[in-house]
Amino acid sequence: MPLEHVLGLASLLFALGLTGLMVRRNILFVLMSLEVMLNSAALAFVAAGAHWGQPDGQVVFMLVLTVAAAEVSVGLGLVLQIQRRFHTLDIDDATRLRG
Amino acid sequence: MTDLLWLIPALPLASATLLILGSQWLGPRWVATLGVGSVGAAGLCVLFTTLQWQGAPLQQTLWTWIQVGELSAGVSFYVDGLTLVMMSVITGVGFLIHLYSAEFMAGDTSYARYFAYLNLFVAAMLTLVMADNLLLLFFGWEGVGACSYLLVGFWHFDAANGAAARKAFVVTRVGDAAMALGLFLLFREFGTLDIQALSAAANARWEVGNPTAVLATALLLGGAVGKSAQLPLHTWLPDAMAGPTPVSALIHAATMVTAGVYLVARTHELFLLAPPTLTAVAVIGLFTLLLAAFTALCQHDIKRILAWSTISQIGYMFLGLGVGAWSASIFHLMTHAFFKALLFLAAGAVIHCLHHEHDIRNMGGLRSRLPVVFLSFLIGAAALSALPLTSGFFSKDLIVLAAFEAPGIGPWLWAGAVLGAFLTALYSFRLVFVVFFGRANTLPDRQPGPAMATPLSVLCVFSLAGGWLGIPVANVFPAEGEGHPALWVEAVSIGIPLLGLALAYALFLGRRWDASGLVESPLGQAFYRFWHAGWRVDGLYDRLWVKPFLVLTVLLKSEPVDRLYGAVVALCQLCYEGLSRSQSGRLRQYATVMAAGVIVLLGVVWRAAGG
Repeated sequence: MPLEHVLGLASLLFALGLTGLMVRRNILFVLMSLEVMLNSAALAFVAAGAHWGQPDGQVVFMLVLTVAAAEVSVGLGLVLQIQRRFHTLDIDDATRLRG
Repeated sequence: MTDLLWLIPALPLASATLLILGSQWLGPRWVATLGVGSVGAAGLCVLFTTLQWQGAPLQQTLWTWIQVGELSAGVSFYVDGLTLVMMSVITGVGFLIHLYSAEFMAGDTSYARYFAYLNLFVAAMLTLVMADNLLLLFFGWEGVGACSYLLVGFWHFDAANGAAARKAFVVTRVGDAAMALGLFLLFREFGTLDIQALSAAANARWEVGNPTAVLATALLLGGAVGKSAQLPLHTWLPDAMAGPTPVSALIHAATMVTAGVYLVARTHELFLLAPPTLTAVAVIGLFTLLLAAFTALCQHDIKRILAWSTISQIGYMFLGLGVGAWSASIFHLMTHAFFKALLFLAAGAVIHCLHHEHDIRNMGGLRSRLPVVFLSFLIGAAALSALPLTSGFFSKDLIVLAAFEAPGIGPWLWAGAVLGAFLTALYSFRLVFVVFFGRANTLPDRQPGPAMATPLSVLCVFSLAGGWLGIPVANVFPAEGEGHPALWVEAVSIGIPLLGLALAYALFLGRRWDASGLVESPLGQAFYRFWHAGWRVDGLYDRLWVKPFLVLTVLLKSEPVDRLYGAVVALCQLCYEGLSRSQSGRLRQYATVMAAGVIVLLGVVWRAAGG
């Protein structure tokens, strides 16, 4: 399988995730989009590692996995708090941090 | 008697301090005793010193005042013949004027303040004349300037008096700035400000006509011109008459305004090295004495006439200094102190007895009503006009004849001085005839008491007989030429004042001649107005300096330079407002902008990599 195909898939996934991040208003979907973007990056690492015959790509994948797990745990905690404070999951209603 | 020297300025200073601190608790009797007594005691010290004086200069160093690098100035006194003359005039005439003030100012709400300032003035003036270095002299110089300011504006509830005081202070400050520059120059050249050391060093280093010597003496002359109210800085003195009359007698006639003459005489060894400056001194003196004499003819305020005549007489002293008649100038300084103080005190008595009337057109016929004052005024006017055998005659005659002897421009100087003498006699006796003869317009409601009459009588004696007093300045100044001018020169110099007196009689008393037609004619009116306004010098300065300055203040009032810094602040404010609006709190917007930024950055990197 040529590298270009895998990288193309990874780019497509990243673009999908980014689009989701930009257009979805529900905070759960935003988190899911982030997850997709993280995994697309991880996929690019793995493919590149396989292409060069190096283990580094898989090491970084493990790291990304850990980061994703941590991110989800913090993110879900935030989701709970937002639900409790604002009684909604719409990210556009939680704009307390505006200047 | 060197030990007593420090007491002479210290006594009035101590009294001034006591009067300032204790003005709340001291009664008027105590105030007068302290104020008059301290100057009297200082006068006794001067008398004692004079009697014990052997002819050699006395020196006393009290302490080192300033010691910085090369500069070392002590509070130290140097007393020679010239200083003794000045000290005698300051304490002697000063004591009489203090005594007179005790009655003149009685009932004033600020009696203690008045005597405190007057004592402080005497202390500063004594410091000025006794100083052995130019720095201490300058300290006294500024001290008398400050006291003059305080006393001209003594009745400060009237805004006009305050303006006169400010004018006196600011105009003399112009001269003082020049003088300070002169001191800097001298210090740079010789590394000392001690007057004797300076004279010796200058004589050793500079040949006659050295440009630096000319510059340094010209700067010193600037200071002298400001303080002595000579052209072009004379405009403050007539306005300074806003102060109480004894102040005018002491500060603006007898002592402070002659400080410039003293300065030139004290540094005469420097001036001798700069003949161009000496010529300038003589020419300034001549022009000033003529300008002031013409102006005095056209004034109506009794004190302003005397003020202009003071300017004119100091012009004579400058003329004498300029032609090298040093001792004659100092002699005229002394006799002028006597008769001008007498005239001012007599004028003060007139004003005092006529409810503060200043305009001579409202006076008249006071001869029989105020006999003591009339006699004083008559003697003073005779001495001022240099009528033969009065004190003014001896001193002015010496100056006028010395002017004739001056090489080159001598006869011109003499002719100007003689014209000035004619005008002096004319305006002096105009004053006498208008105020004391003719119809009485205002009646006096009181007579001068003993405290006012005594100084008047003593000064009368000195004004008449002061010409026979010898002044011990032979060792101070270089020997002067003993040449005797032609007989006709002497005869004209002596006769001219009598001619002036005769004309004044014909115009103002005998009414042989009616001058009103001449004055009423258009040309006469033009001259009259021109002279009445003091040759319009005030108006000229107003246009040259005061108005542009005021325009500048209006322009700078809004602080245009600050606008630049204001613009920086406004820019920052604008940026802050714009950027704070971009922080909307919308997460999706942030993400979009971030993605767009990343795309742009990637594009830039891609282009830069040459893709």
